[in-house]
Amino acid sequence: MATQDIVLDTQEHTSTGVDNVKLAMWAFLGSECLFFASLISTYLLYRNDVLSGPTPSEIYDIPFTSVSSFVLLMSSLTMVLALGAIHRKDERQMRVWLLATAVLGMVFIGGQIYEFTTFVEEGMKLDTSTFSSAFFVLTGFHGAHVTVGILLLLTLVMMSLFGRLSPGAERKVEMIGLYWHFVDIVWVVIFTVVYLIPTNG
Amino acid sequence: MATAAHAQKGLFSRPRAKTGWFSWVTTVDHKKIGIMYMFTALFFFIVGGVEALLIRAQLAQPNGQVLSADAYNQVFTMHGLTMIFLVVMPLGSALMNYFVPLMIGARDVAFPRINAFSYWVYLFGGLFLYTSFALGGAPDGGWFGYAPLSTLQTSDGMTFYALGLQILGIASLGGAINFIVTILNMRAPGMTLMRMPVFVWMTLVTSFLLLFAMPVIAVALFQLMFDRVWGANFFDATVGGDPVLWQHLFWLFGHPEVYIMILPAMGIVSDILPTFSGKPIFGYAAIVFAGIAIGFMGWGVWAHHMFSVGLGPVANSAFALSTMFIAVPTGVKIFNWLGTMWGGSIRFKTPLLFAVGFVTMFVIGGLSGVSHAIVPHDGQQTDTYYIVAHFHYVLFGGAVFGLFGGMYYWWPKMFGRHLGEGLGKVHFWLMLIGFNLAFGPMHILGLQGMPRRQDTYPDNMGWNFWNLISTVGAFLIAVSILVFFWNVVRSRTKGEEAGADPWDGRTLEWATASPPPEHNFDVIPHVTHRDDFWHTKYATDEEGEPVKVFAGGSGSDENIDQVHHTGHIHMPDPSFWPVVAAFGLPVLAFGVLYISTPTLVVGGLILLVGLFGWGLEPSAEEH
Repeated sequence: MATQDIVLDTQEHTSTGVDNVKLAMWAFLGSECLFFASLISTYLLYRNDVLSGPTPSEIYDIPFTSVSSFVLLMSSLTMVLALGAIHRKDERQMRVWLLATAVLGMVFIGGQIYEFTTFVEEGMKLDTSTFSSAFFVLTGFHGAHVTVGILLLLTLVMMSLFGRLSPGAERKVEMIGLYWHFVDIVWVVIFTVVYLIPTNG
Repeated sequence: MATAAHAQKGLFSRPRAKTGWFSWVTTVDHKKIGIMYMFTALFFFIVGGVEALLIRAQLAQPNGQVLSADAYNQVFTMHGLTMIFLVVMPLGSALMNYFVPLMIGARDVAFPRINAFSYWVYLFGGLFLYTSFALGGAPDGGWFGYAPLSTLQTSDGMTFYALGLQILGIASLGGAINFIVTILNMRAPGMTLMRMPVFVWMTLVTSFLLLFAMPVIAVALFQLMFDRVWGANFFDATVGGDPVLWQHLFWLFGHPEVYIMILPAMGIVSDILPTFSGKPIFGYAAIVFAGIAIGFMGWGVWAHHMFSVGLGPVANSAFALSTMFIAVPTGVKIFNWLGTMWGGSIRFKTPLLFAVGFVTMFVIGGLSGVSHAIVPHDGQQTDTYYIVAHFHYVLFGGAVFGLFGGMYYWWPKMFGRHLGEGLGKVHFWLMLIGFNLAFGPMHILGLQGMPRRQDTYPDNMGWNFWNLISTVGAFLIAVSILVFFWNVVRSRTKGEEAGADPWDGRTLEWATASPPPEHNFDVIPHVTHRDDFWHTKYATDEEGEPVKVFAGGSGSDENIDQVHHTGHIHMPDPSFWPVVAAFGLPVLAFGVLYISTPTLVVGGLILLVGLFGWGLEPSAEEH
């Protein structure tokens, strides 16, 4: 019996009553909070130091990023719908919503790739200034988290297609969902701090 | 159980070997992993110890010629990194791995494969760091890696540092999550939080510190990596980067890290002292809450490492106060330990000697630590040997003494044989004397102004005598460690055989056989008291004195007799995916180091294959 399954079978016996994997996921997300907090603090320290490079207000395309942010937020909705589907034991519909979530995530990542490319063309690279370093590393790590989430979602879809998601399908979807919502919420903070709060520049 | 659904079959069947070297590579048993942690850490202890001897050989006399300045920088940096990340932390992990599940009455940790993964990541991360010696030079910017020294060095050393510590951080994070879930969720019936042994409590606090400290250093190391490898500007002052940012991020991790190293040793000592004093721990709630308080307050003192940076009087005063204040819960613990021994029927066995050594040496280190909190005084001490004396008194006199105490205490449980008492006492006294000779004089040298991290010193400074004494002390410590290893080798054949409960122990790990069976307990214990195992052995008479109970209880003998009834207890199967996935990390790190896309792809694939194999592994029920 795989270790996760032991955990599943014994979850009513945990001392706290909270499932082991869920507790581990919450602990991990707590750790992630400090990870992004450190990156965001660095960005706040450096956001005015643009040297000769473009300033944030010159380079950010806020309508564009707002749209891609909206797309990412909508992916949280489809994630909830996927979880609802598996709660109803409807694996087919769950796959549809998981796939929709992954596609929305990919649209967001596509937007980020486009944004990064544009910035580089306009003369802002990783090594242009401390601002550019802080920007690319912060948003880049967020993008990496979304990418990991997309891989996890696609893995769930594939496992379901091959009939390997059960037992424990609900909990697997719920755990990936927790991660996905967390990554979305972090983006809300990043979008606010990075794009919406005006700088001196 | 071959009737289980075939749909559950994985890509490969799970390994099943329970003996032989392959069983160690694929094991997910917390006890085997604990033993691997311990011996790997002891191996690195020898390596880091040799580095220490090189440093002391260089400094034995003025104008030392043993090492070049460049080699000296590498050796002292690697000595620090090795002792912190590859010795003290993993030795703590070793004992946590082996004993936390036993002490809370669990059959394993919550995530056995993540546990194995953490060990392999630790091993590969350590080896990765050490390959730097063969690949153009080891890290040479100090374990603290201050920018811009760390960003401007042209050798690859500090890139190894950034990547190696990143790998080791993943191991720590995995371990931390594992222990948090294990301790909170897998306690035996009746094992309430306030009945847990103090070592388990300190493991829990340590795990939370790791959980929140590791991501901070991860970000700092990523920033260093981007600066060094891809030309980012985080710490480059010439374009507005702020090297003080590194210091904040590093010490925001680095000070909790200090408690990460000392709290497990405090927990060990808090379990050794009651056992050998024949009394329960004095003020259990106080010692537990003091540990938790240290865990919280450890986040508010980091800038006392930065008093000489120039943060200004307000910041310096605030951090001076918080630093003095954190001495309060630490002092509470000292009184707990004294009160535990006070009036006890004390048996001076080797573990107790080390525990008492811990308490006394740690008090000295703690007092010199409080003297750093006084900002003007700290200005005199910064970057002198006084600091070196202080942190060796807390990390060697504290953590290492505590960990050795733990090894002597639990060795009979792990291997079924005692380490020799006579050799153990020789080891203790040699180490205690050597330690004080090596590090005591550094207080004086530091106050005389001898700067740390310098490869030599001139003849006319008045530092010659104490440096020579210090070197003699260092070699005396080395002799004591040789005695320890001789004791280990000797105990394999000549060690006195230990029963299940050789020390008249108090906590649950003594309720099962030595060494414990793979499933730990034939019957999961039902806990009704703090020090539950003690209460199965003793009742109290009218005067409150303990009286041995000969019948009843769920004592050790009963459990040992049941060992042959174990066929039905299903333990997690071994797996080779943790080691595969872990191996991907150093490959990825080499890919970053040499900006080699093929290496990055290979490393990424190894990691992915490992993780997917892990996720799709068949359940053991198919066997």
